[in-house]
Amino acid sequence: MTLLSVENLVTSFRTSAGEVRAVDGVSITVERGQTLGIVGESGCGKSVLSLSIMGLLAHPGRVTEGRVMLEGRNLLDLSSRQMRDVRGREIGMIFQEPMTSLNPVYSIGYQITEAMRAHDPKASNAELRARAVAVLDRVRIPSAARRFDEYPHQLSGGMRQRVMIAMALACKPKLVIADEPTTALDVTVQAQILELLRELQAETGMGIILITHDLGVIAEMADKVAVMYAGRVVERSASADLFDDPQHPYTLGLLGSIPRVDEDKTRLTAIEGTVPPPFAWPPGCRFAPRCPFSVEACTVSPPPLREVAPHHSAACLEAPL
Amino acid sequence: MARYALRRVLLAVPVLLGVLLIGFFLMQVVPTDPAVIRAGPQATQEVVDAIREELGLNRPLWAQFGFYLWRLLQGDLGVSIINNMAVTQELSDTIGPTLELMFASLFWSIPLGIGLGTLAAYWRGSMIDRCIMAVSVGGVSVPVFFLGLLLIWLVGFQWQLLPFTGRGGPLWTWDGIQAVILPAVTLGGVFVGPVARMTRTAVVDMLTADHVRTARAKGLSEFLVVLRHALRNALIPVITLIGLQIGFLLGGAVVTETIFSWPGVGRLAVGAILSSDFPMAQGTIIVLSAGFILINLGVDLLYAVLDPRVRLS
Ligand SMILES: Nc1ncnc2c1ncn2[C@@H]1O[C@H](COP(=O)(O)OP(=O)(O)OP(=O)(O)O)[C@@H](O)[C@H]1O
Ligand code: SF4
Ligand SMILES: [Mg+2]
Repeated sequence: MTLLSVENLVTSFRTSAGEVRAVDGVSITVERGQTLGIVGESGCGKSVLSLSIMGLLAHPGRVTEGRVMLEGRNLLDLSSRQMRDVRGREIGMIFQEPMTSLNPVYSIGYQITEAMRAHDPKASNAELRARAVAVLDRVRIPSAARRFDEYPHQLSGGMRQRVMIAMALACKPKLVIADEPTTALDVTVQAQILELLRELQAETGMGIILITHDLGVIAEMADKVAVMYAGRVVERSASADLFDDPQHPYTLGLLGSIPRVDEDKTRLTAIEGTVPPPFAWPPGCRFAPRCPFSVEACTVSPPPLREVAPHHSAACLEAPL
Repeated sequence: MARYALRRVLLAVPVLLGVLLIGFFLMQVVPTDPAVIRAGPQATQEVVDAIREELGLNRPLWAQFGFYLWRLLQGDLGVSIINNMAVTQELSDTIGPTLELMFASLFWSIPLGIGLGTLAAYWRGSMIDRCIMAVSVGGVSVPVFFLGLLLIWLVGFQWQLLPFTGRGGPLWTWDGIQAVILPAVTLGGVFVGPVARMTRTAVVDMLTADHVRTARAKGLSEFLVVLRHALRNALIPVITLIGLQIGFLLGGAVVTETIFSWPGVGRLAVGAILSSDFPMAQGTIIVLSAGFILINLGVDLLYAVLDPRVRLS
């Protein structure tokens, strides 16, 4: 069975400017032991999507349509009590800012055992400590037993992100959502953290949703990829296919904006313009104002995501390109 | 941590010196002659002059201040010019009751304020939140003397439930507890509202922090999230804000002691000022300022306890 399948999810915010659909009909799937990359520019709804899956949307955000099926169970039907059991134990989450995502007033050991205790209230302190040290060890933190009692401000950014990963993995979740886990880190540390995630995935068989706006990270890590633009998935395929044969003009643009080794490919220069905010989305294809391929029909109604090659879908009237 | 504490203590010394200086010169600008007061209304000019000589009031100001400091270092604050009592003796008799009153006021009002503020934050936006905040704002706008007089009239006079003049004995005796209730409710009562409001604001602020989202993602209950990851962190700003209210607390103590004839430093200060008893007034100023400095010092040290970034740096 598929580990996670998000079906036609709509998340909206009630704002003074009216109802805003930050995530508008997104469908994605994640298999066990595999990594789904989600890529897109800032503001396209990646974080809102992940918070919707976790049931962590803050007011005034609300999931209004769709299903979030974790091993066949719709998370949106769970009570808040049941959802609490899912968070941390079945789905772990890693956030972008390792500087602020840990609580400065508690030792890292406390913060990890707290995650364990939340789902195993009967475990003794000694047992939790031993388990936490083992997890710190697993995320390759040197002299883990000594680090247990240290505070976040005593660690470097990379070490803190390892602690975040340790915390997300503390209860051995089946799925980990990593929302831009390396954006705040410098390049060498980035590579180490990604390498660590890959090793841990091989050890545990967990599924990973890796959110990023860096296609290089996708190329390195993802088995499958979903490209998001303005609240929608515009292209979905195996990671290799996306780089070999992109089918959506937006993806072409993104690829054009990263340096490529094989210069013989068709290239677009970096995409003109910016992502419009949700209240200013055009009625037809949301990419139309920036799209060099756009035709009259593009402005009529949003093109649906459809299969343009085997296991390769794009939401574009002109696809396959 | 030890170095941090030592630095704070050393920083308090110049502040205390400044207070002494200001206190001393304030007394100089009051247009009353202490020698005249001391001599009494019927005294002749010769007697007044003799007393002035005896008190050293003919010497230049800086010499008087130096002499004052010199005696202070030896633990001598002079004698009352009204009743000849040693100032240090009077102060040491009144400090105990004042500390008692402060303790009795704060030990219930700060936890209650923090608790109410946290509950309001937990149920933010609901009816409970609005009720708590309405009561707090009401509390903030009631002056100390009004609350004190209201309690005296209602609980002491009309219902005859509790005594309302003077101290009944040490706090561990029944009489002592009975006597401290009304003053402590008065002085603490005006503190609950501000503390509750500050706590609510700080906790609600903290609830949007990134680490709170992390705590929720771990699967903690909302109650634990508020308690451990919002309130615990919010205590740092809340303690700061409470520290800033210390002047308000000391002022309130002076008023409360006066209303309830509580034999503390505050009442002594009011009496000394009203009767132009300069040495006594100065002594009480020193004690109240030292109290102010000490409480601030305590707040600074509490920071270190609450915030590992301070403790370990
Ligand atoms: N509290 C909110 N109220 C109204 N709109 C919101 C709120 N939170 C998010 N949005 C909308 O949701 C959209 C998507 O935001 P989101 O944080 O998911 O973007 P993102 O893809 O994660 O971007 P980034 O790469 O910068 O993290 C934003 O454009 C914003 O307009
Ligand atoms: S549907 Fe039209 S506007 Fe949209 S991406 Fe395709 S060609 Fe461009
Ligand atoms: Mg984001």
